[in-house]
Amino acid sequence: MSLETAMARPTHHVPSDETLVSIDNLKVHFPIHKGILRRKAGAVRAVDGLTFEIKKGETLGLVGESGCGKSTTGRALLRLYRASDGRIIFDGTDIASLEGDALRRQRPRMQMIFQDPQASLNPRMTVGAIIAEPLVEHGVMDAKGRKARVRELLDAVGLNPDYVNRYPHEFSGGQRQRIGIARALALDPEFIVCDEPIAALDVSIQAQVVNLLEDLQAKLGLTYLFISHDLSMVKHIADRVAVMYLGKIVELADVETLFASPKHPYTKALLSAVPVPDPKVEANRRRIILTGDIPDPANPPAGCRFCTRCPEVFDRCRVEEPAWREVQPGRFAACHRVEGGEASSAT
Amino acid sequence: MVHAVNGISFHLDEGELLAVVGESGSGKSVAMMSLMQLLPMPPAEIASGRVNFQGQDLVKLKASQIRQVRGSRIGFVFQDPMTSLNPVFTVGYQVMEPLREHMGLSKKQARQRAIELLELVGIPAARQRIDDYPHQFSGGMRQRVVIAIALACDPKVLIADEPTTALDVTVQAQILELIKELRQKLGMAIIWITHDLGVAAGIADRIVVMYGGQIVEHAHVDDLFDDPQHPYTRALLDSLPGRHEAHEKLRSIAGQPPLLLSQPEFCPFSARCKHVFDKCLRQNPPLIAVDGDHRAACWWDPETGGPRDVA
Repeated sequence: MSLETAMARPTHHVPSDETLVSIDNLKVHFPIHKGILRRKAGAVRAVDGLTFEIKKGETLGLVGESGCGKSTTGRALLRLYRASDGRIIFDGTDIASLEGDALRRQRPRMQMIFQDPQASLNPRMTVGAIIAEPLVEHGVMDAKGRKARVRELLDAVGLNPDYVNRYPHEFSGGQRQRIGIARALALDPEFIVCDEPIAALDVSIQAQVVNLLEDLQAKLGLTYLFISHDLSMVKHIADRVAVMYLGKIVELADVETLFASPKHPYTKALLSAVPVPDPKVEANRRRIILTGDIPDPANPPAGCRFCTRCPEVFDRCRVEEPAWREVQPGRFAACHRVEGGEASSAT
Repeated sequence: MVHAVNGISFHLDEGELLAVVGESGSGKSVAMMSLMQLLPMPPAEIASGRVNFQGQDLVKLKASQIRQVRGSRIGFVFQDPMTSLNPVFTVGYQVMEPLREHMGLSKKQARQRAIELLELVGIPAARQRIDDYPHQFSGGMRQRVVIAIALACDPKVLIADEPTTALDVTVQAQILELIKELRQKLGMAIIWITHDLGVAAGIADRIVVMYGGQIVEHAHVDDLFDDPQHPYTRALLDSLPGRHEAHEKLRSIAGQPPLLLSQPEFCPFSARCKHVFDKCLRQNPPLIAVDGDHRAACWWDPETGGPRDVA
């Protein structure tokens, strides 16, 4: 479907039940080398055994604090990092084990929008060249076709198509992020990883970019993995939300369910920490204040990873790692305190 | 020449927390830095104005005089704790520095007081950690150290410039709790610069909203959120997720903030304002009293939906 015809008939974004990406026990470890001989002395276990699915047409929010492994997860799904273990089934193909040409053929189907539009756009390339680069790389069009496509893409993200010959520094932060989005759309992808796409933008500009992402999703049927630490924005944009802590997903549920009744103690603490722009609510709410800091991912605590800071910790948490289970239909958690469900075999 | 801050006036009462809210480039940091002559001059220049602090005009003070105010009677906390701490000195040395400089304490006394301060801001095992370097602390702990330094000489005023922006939400919650606690214990006045209306709602007594180098609205925290007057404040609150039904579209503010290249002759928000009319382009509105202490710089009245009745 060409972009133009798609833009002409907007549909409402309805996530389907079909699975687009299925992640099974994904691990990404970064080795730590020490000494003159650079012997391997251990590993930062940035992502340590994730099992979840992303449905076609949905927005899956991935939240967590800095260093919890959410960006690493996003990059591993696109094979920007090699997975240390596990499988990433994208539309029936395990891309974790693909190499060379076979992998390259899959790449146009999955794209990424980066956090910092200043750093992710080459300052010495014109906007036209930046957006056309994926088309050139994958050799999908001739020069004339590319030119038309770039103009079409600029128009789709709300920029004047006459800006093709300008350079990134001539645009504001919000506009630069639109250029990044246009580049991500160039190859008609099905799946886009949005890695903190609004974190570097001002509040009034954030809403513009989020609205654009939602419009594009409705019109083009895109599937998003929306990585963010801004929980109120995730609540707005996501259909389902996964909460990460120290390399593990601790809870995954529908956005309404998760925000209304979080089950995992970390999710509870995280949600209670979000400031609400309403002084009356703020005056009466009780925050769960976590003590201490996030442990070192190279040397995570035994048992549950959250046991060092958990307000509801008990003996079993320090010895036995809680299994990742479906505690209610469509609702997953890894905590000994959460009742119900059968242990899944993956973790 | 950039006219970063244009004719702003506000006051700070003893013991209160004033939040200054605005987007990047709105002039909120420049305004507060200039209070203490913390901007590099030149190129920066304070063209006019007064800063009256306990009967003294801070703008007129000489460099040597202002140094005695900075860090002793007015403390600072900056956004990024990693860049505001010196990586080659121990944390203890940096907490002791203002104590020795301003309070004339001996090394031993200063060390004792530094340990007390680090305990006050909630650093566990302060006595053991005082000789550690900044890189040995986590982000939240570093910001606690910066707060300890700012509080060292028992300041009357604490200026905090986006002190929790670089921190994670759970750590931000810790720091906000700490500030509430410290206000009760020490009773200093605080100017809290932030872009996060949620943070401001939780801690502020009064709020000043800045846009394009000017104060566009000033109100008590409840009044500002209940009855915002300026179209910018209203649009900003409206653009936040969670103030409307789920899956409703966010209401964004179209356009970009202004470039402040000349003396403002018209309302800086006029280019993005839904309610703009001819007067906005002819005359820059001053702060107009709406209801007691609640003031807005706008010719438009949300009550009537027409021009404001200005005597």
